[in-house]
Amino acid sequence: MDIRSQIAMVFHLDKCIGCHTCSIACKNIWTDRKGAEYMWWNNVETKPGTGYPNKWEDQSVYKGGWIKSGDSVQLKGMDRKSTMANLFHNPHMPLMDDYYEPWTYDYANLFEAPAGDDQPTARPISLVTGEPMDIKTGPNWDDDLGGSPDYARQDVNMHDLTPAEREAMFQLERMTMFYLPRICNHCLNAACVAACPSGAIYKRGEDGIVLINQNKCRSWRMCVTACPYKKSYYNWNNGKSEKCLLCYPRLETGQAPACMHTCVGRIRYLGVLLYDADRIKEIASCDEKELVAKQMDIYLDPFDELVQQAARENGVADSTLESASKSPVWKFVKEWGIALPLHPEYRTMPNLFYVPPLLPAIADTSGGTYETTSASLWGGIESSRVPMQYMANLFTAGDTMKIREVLKKLMAVRIHRRGVTVGDLNEDECKQAFAETGLDADMADAIFRLTSLPKFNERFVIPDAHREEATELLENTADIKGNTGFGTINTPQRI
Amino acid sequence: MSDIFLLIALPYTALIVMLVGSVYVYGTQAYKVTSLSTQFLESRELFFGGLFMHWGIVALFIGHLIAFLFPSAVIAWGGNPVRLIVLEVTALIFGISFFTGVIILIYRRMRNKRLHRATTDMDIVVFIVLLAQAVTGMWIALTYKWGSAWFAAVLTPYLRSLFLLSPDLAAVSAMPIIVKLHISTAFVLIGLIPFSRFMHFLVFPVKYFWRPFQVVIWNRNRKLMRNSKAIMPEVKSKNS
Repeated sequence: MDIRSQIAMVFHLDKCIGCHTCSIACKNIWTDRKGAEYMWWNNVETKPGTGYPNKWEDQSVYKGGWIKSGDSVQLKGMDRKSTMANLFHNPHMPLMDDYYEPWTYDYANLFEAPAGDDQPTARPISLVTGEPMDIKTGPNWDDDLGGSPDYARQDVNMHDLTPAEREAMFQLERMTMFYLPRICNHCLNAACVAACPSGAIYKRGEDGIVLINQNKCRSWRMCVTACPYKKSYYNWNNGKSEKCLLCYPRLETGQAPACMHTCVGRIRYLGVLLYDADRIKEIASCDEKELVAKQMDIYLDPFDELVQQAARENGVADSTLESASKSPVWKFVKEWGIALPLHPEYRTMPNLFYVPPLLPAIADTSGGTYETTSASLWGGIESSRVPMQYMANLFTAGDTMKIREVLKKLMAVRIHRRGVTVGDLNEDECKQAFAETGLDADMADAIFRLTSLPKFNERFVIPDAHREEATELLENTADIKGNTGFGTINTPQRI
Repeated sequence: MSDIFLLIALPYTALIVMLVGSVYVYGTQAYKVTSLSTQFLESRELFFGGLFMHWGIVALFIGHLIAFLFPSAVIAWGGNPVRLIVLEVTALIFGISFFTGVIILIYRRMRNKRLHRATTDMDIVVFIVLLAQAVTGMWIALTYKWGSAWFAAVLTPYLRSLFLLSPDLAAVSAMPIIVKLHISTAFVLIGLIPFSRFMHFLVFPVKYFWRPFQVVIWNRNRKLMRNSKAIMPEVKSKNS
């Protein structure tokens, strides 16, 4: 056993209102720079939709993630030899037009235009060429199902839906949507790390955050291809790849990442999970049907004394173990089993989990009324407006049983709470819901509390980073004492 | 006099600048060391230009290196007319590949407005040097035939004398000016390495062939810290 700690996250999709506050907070802090304008380390996609970059989930084009190869896995895009042979030109790289060309507006013209017959306008100006441009596409062009023939209908996750099911998703009375906020998943088996020829991308041992060393990145841009979630972005200005760094400077000082801190719907949770690094290879290369269940297995019980002992021996700090025992992620993912990884079939073992949304049921409009109630206990789930297969393609590698199980649990919590607060439900119904999902009243109340009424410190249980013990501080400080600062800092500069 | 400048002063300056400069830049400004790919802004023309140019220059560099290191073997190989022609034609093909690649890349840079913004002054210098090298190289290949034979006889002794620190211009000074230009632009290219994107071929990531896929870096080593003696062996703990 090689127990390590990982900062993991849960996003509760039922609570996401699609306001993009997270994206703006992230952009203001990190990507408001030349060459980074198009980067959205955090973005919120409307589902069904094609996401960002356009159709990123279509790995037959983008070649991201891993594929099973015998007992092991190999990068879907290129193996080591072809990576090296393709350094001069990456055949599977998304280009600027797969994202969008960033722009601003010529606001000065509004004030400085000479008097004339027409109202002055602020023309869009490309942030790349600096010249007037025609905007073809932009961030969240498909927000709230806008432009659906081009976007929602092209959604890659509908691949094994029947034509009737697909059609039903786009009929006015039946259509629905939900939001999918995405950041870097800080994967256990990160494909970007594996693909970097320079070895510039690494996972931090203490907290599992995946970072790109900007001093080692040589612009080979293989990570952009390898990341199946397309969360590594290439900065065309300084020739470096950049990605979400989980706001590690904030985390190290005990603050929640900016996207999570600002979240209006309070959908985001962050905490520690303990995992056994020795099992990564075995689990990443298991059968597709087992991927979700096996990934859940790799996370270890922080209350188990044997686990605690092994973690301590492996150098996990006591304060981290304490955080792990309070981790909201542990509760959602393991204790309650209601959060699932996004696209586990990419085999990167992502550490961002989603509580799938309980969407409105298909209504019965016969008889002139709009009727959504259902006679059967799970009718609301079975007749959900988004086909179960679609949700399964997103969160369980196509396994509809698994996604149904999770949605039933969420529904059981609702049934239970309705029984408690309104009291108009048959008690047998509630008991049956519990019996079928394995929940009980205490658990359902706990899920309800952490979902609806969590305090800030319950949503974010941030382990102490112990930077005071970092290796560089253990070096002989006398060598540096009396000198000017702790080293020279060079302003990042292009050649 | 100009021979002394072009064939002795310039090469030594370039080599020293390259060695000292590369170590300095790598050591203190590693951030600057990148290939500055522009594929993100334009991919299709880069495919042709980039591949022709890179494979051409890689092959030509290796060819020149072999002729420098093993002159007798190259001369022996060229002893048979058929083999000589095969060698010359192969070299010419790579030369054409390099030349075409450079032309495509320059054309691409000039044509695409997005690329204007990603092109620095140093990039223009880089293109001028590459173009000069390609033009002089092709000129020599087409006008002074059987280069593989005379390179070993004329240039190898000169280059060797450079590296042995006793420059000998006897053979090379009789060469036409175009050959001398080709030699000196080659050294200009070498001298530009630390200041330009040329730096990227010093950091070719050979390690990728054998490094493990996953890279994990620890900020602190708590296993070591539990035994403080292991960290600073020379410091004796007061309470043990």
